[in-house]
Amino acid sequence: MKLKTLLATTAFAALVSAPALAQVSIKIGVMNDRSGLYADLTGEGSAVAARLAVEDFKAAEKGLKVEIVSADHQNKPDVGSNIARQWYDTDNVDVITDVPTSSVALAINQITKDKNKIFLNSGAASSDLTNKACSPNTVHWTYDTYALANGTGGAMVKAGGDSWYFLTADYAFGHALERDTAAVVTKNGGKVLGAVRTPFPGTDFSSFLLQAQASKAKVIGLANAGGDTINSIKQAGEFGITQGGQKLAGLLVFINDVHALGLQTAQGLVLTESFYWDRDEGTRAWSARFAKAHNGNMPSMVQAGVYGAVLHYLKAVAELKSKDPAAVMAKMKEMPTDDTLFGKGTIRADGRKMHPMYLYEVKKPGESKAKWDYYKQLAVLPAETAFRPLSESECPLVKK
Amino acid sequence: MFELLGIPPQALFGQVLLGLINGSFYAILSLGLAVIFGLLNIINFTHGAQYMMGAFVAWMCLNYFGINYWAALLLAPIVVGATGIAIERLLLKRIAHVDHLYGLLLTFGLALIIQGLFRNQYGSSGLAYQIPAELRGGQNLGFMFLPYYRGWVVVASLVVCLATWFLIEKTRLGAYLRAATENPTLTQAFGINVPLLVTLTYGFGVALAAFAGVLAAPIYSVNPNMGADLIIVVFAVVVIGGMGSILGAIVTGFSLGLIEGLTKVFYPEASATVIFIIMVLVLLVKPAGLFGRAA
Repeated sequence: MKLKTLLATTAFAALVSAPALAQVSIKIGVMNDRSGLYADLTGEGSAVAARLAVEDFKAAEKGLKVEIVSADHQNKPDVGSNIARQWYDTDNVDVITDVPTSSVALAINQITKDKNKIFLNSGAASSDLTNKACSPNTVHWTYDTYALANGTGGAMVKAGGDSWYFLTADYAFGHALERDTAAVVTKNGGKVLGAVRTPFPGTDFSSFLLQAQASKAKVIGLANAGGDTINSIKQAGEFGITQGGQKLAGLLVFINDVHALGLQTAQGLVLTESFYWDRDEGTRAWSARFAKAHNGNMPSMVQAGVYGAVLHYLKAVAELKSKDPAAVMAKMKEMPTDDTLFGKGTIRADGRKMHPMYLYEVKKPGESKAKWDYYKQLAVLPAETAFRPLSESECPLVKK
Repeated sequence: MFELLGIPPQALFGQVLLGLINGSFYAILSLGLAVIFGLLNIINFTHGAQYMMGAFVAWMCLNYFGINYWAALLLAPIVVGATGIAIERLLLKRIAHVDHLYGLLLTFGLALIIQGLFRNQYGSSGLAYQIPAELRGGQNLGFMFLPYYRGWVVVASLVVCLATWFLIEKTRLGAYLRAATENPTLTQAFGINVPLLVTLTYGFGVALAAFAGVLAAPIYSVNPNMGADLIIVVFAVVVIGGMGSILGAIVTGFSLGLIEGLTKVFYPEASATVIFIIMVLVLLVKPAGLFGRAA
C-alpha cells in the first residue's frame, strides 16, 4: 500500500514537473508602425514574419512556448516608450522586435537596457544604435545608415556623382543618414554643397527640390523614407530634375516604395538592401509563404529581418534552456547566424548583425516579367566593407 | 534687397509660384469646408478623407474601368459627392439640432473609419497614378521649370473657386442658400426646400474635396493618409480666413500657400508650423478670422 502510494506520487510528480522543467515561455512584442507611412514595410507583415520564424523553428517541439503580441507606436517616441514600459513591467514581454523610426528605436534601446530585456531591431536605420548609443541588450539586424551610405552613396560617387545636395527628413533618422552619407562622399573625394531639412512627414517637396536644383549639385541625396521618398521622387520627375542631368540618390528605398511609385517613375533608381525576395531559391520559397499569409504582398527587408532575428533568438534560448537576457545575448553573439534569408553571418560585440548588402537597380517597365519583379543586382557588398568597421567604433562595448 | 536675404530673385519667383500652387489645394479644400460650415454649421472633419477618396476613385476609374484622368475629374466628385449626400441624409441630419461638437465628433469618427477601410484594402504606402499624357513635361520660364500639370492645377482651382464664389454670391440659388443660412425657418416659409438645399450643399462641399483629390493624385502619393496630413492645415486656413467665409477661404488659401512656400526657403524646418503660428496671431487679434463676421 505504502509502496503503491509512493510510486503513484512519484509518477504524478514526474508527470507534472517534467514538462514544467523543460518548458521556457517567451513573449515577443512586435512594435512598429501599423497605420502610418511605414505600415506596409513593417506593420502586420513583421508580425507575420515573426510567426513564420516560430513555426520554422518548431519552437513547441523544443520546449519553447512562444507568444507574439504586437502594437502600433505611431512613429512617436513617447507612444513607443509607454508601450515598451507597459510590456516590460506588467505584460511580461521578454523581447521587443522590429521598431522602425529611429527616434522611437533609440528610446526603446534605452528602456530595454534599463529594464534588462532584449531588443532585436530590424526596422530602424540610425547607425547610432550600434555606435554611440550601443547597448549590451540590443541587436541591430537588417541594415543601418552607414551601410546605406556606403552602398548607394559610394556607388554614386564612383559613377561620377561627386557633388551632393541633401533633402533630409528633419528627425534622428534623416540626420544620421545625411551625416553618414556626407562622410562617404567626402571620403571618396566628392563634396557636399548643402542640405535642406524637410518637416516630417511631408507632402510637397517641390520647393526643396528646386533649391536642390539651384545648387547645381550632380546628385540629390534623399535622406528620407517611405511616403516622403515617394513624394520626392514623384515630384523630381515632374519638375524635370532628372532630365536636367542631376541624379537622384534614394538612400533608403524599400521594395514597397518601388511598388507604390510604379516602375514608370522608379526605373533606374539605385538602392541598397540586405534582402530581396527574388534572390535565390530559398528567399523565393520563403517569400511565397509570406505572401500567402499577407494578402499577396512580398516581404520588405525589414520584415525579413524580423524573421532572421527572432529565429536566431529562439535558437539561443533553446540552446541555453533559459531566457536570461545576459546569457542569451552572449549566446547570440557567440553562435554564428544562419538562415535562408540572410545566409551565414555573425553578431558583433556592438550588436551589429553582419551580412552582405546588395546594390540593386530598379528595372525598366519592359524588363519586369511579373508582379513584384523590380530589381536587378548590380553588386554585392561584403559585410566587412558594408558596415562600420570596429576600428572606427565609438561603442564602449568594443574592446580596442 | 533680395541679395541681402541671400536668395537670388529668380529663385524667389520660383518659390512664390510654388507657394501659389500649393495654395490652390488649400483654397479648394478650405472652400469646401467653408461652404459646409456656412450652411450646415458642421465642422466637417471627414473632408480630408473625402479628398483622399477623390484620389482613390480616380485611381479605381483608371485601373478597374480604364476611365482616364479627364473623365475622372468629373466622375470622382460626383461619386464621392453622392456618398456625402448619403452621409448627410443618414447621419448628419439627425444631429443637426444639437451642439457643433457632436457633428465634429461624428465626422471625425467617420474619417477614421474611412481611412481604416482604405488602409486595409490598399495598404499605407500608396498607389501609382501617372500625370495624364497631355500635361506631361513643362516649360522653362527662365527662373524656373514649370511643369504643365502644376500650371493646370492653379488654373483649374482658380476657375473652380471663382465659379463657386459667383454661384453663392451672385446667383438666385446662392441667394436662397444665404437666406437659408441666415434664417432657415423663414426661408422655408417662403416655399423653399431648405432640407434639400442643405443636403445638396453638403454634397457640393464634399465634391470640391474630391475634385482636389483628383488634382492631387498625379503629383502626391495616393495613400489613405494623404488627407489626414493635409486636413489640419486646411482647418487652420479656414480659421484664419474666418469660419464660413467663402472669399476668406479662397484668399487665405492662396496667401498661406505663399507664406508657407517662402518659409520653405528661409527657414525650412518651420514650414510645417508657420501656418499655426499665423493662426494663433490672427485669433489673438481678430477672433472671428480675417474675413469673418463676429457672431
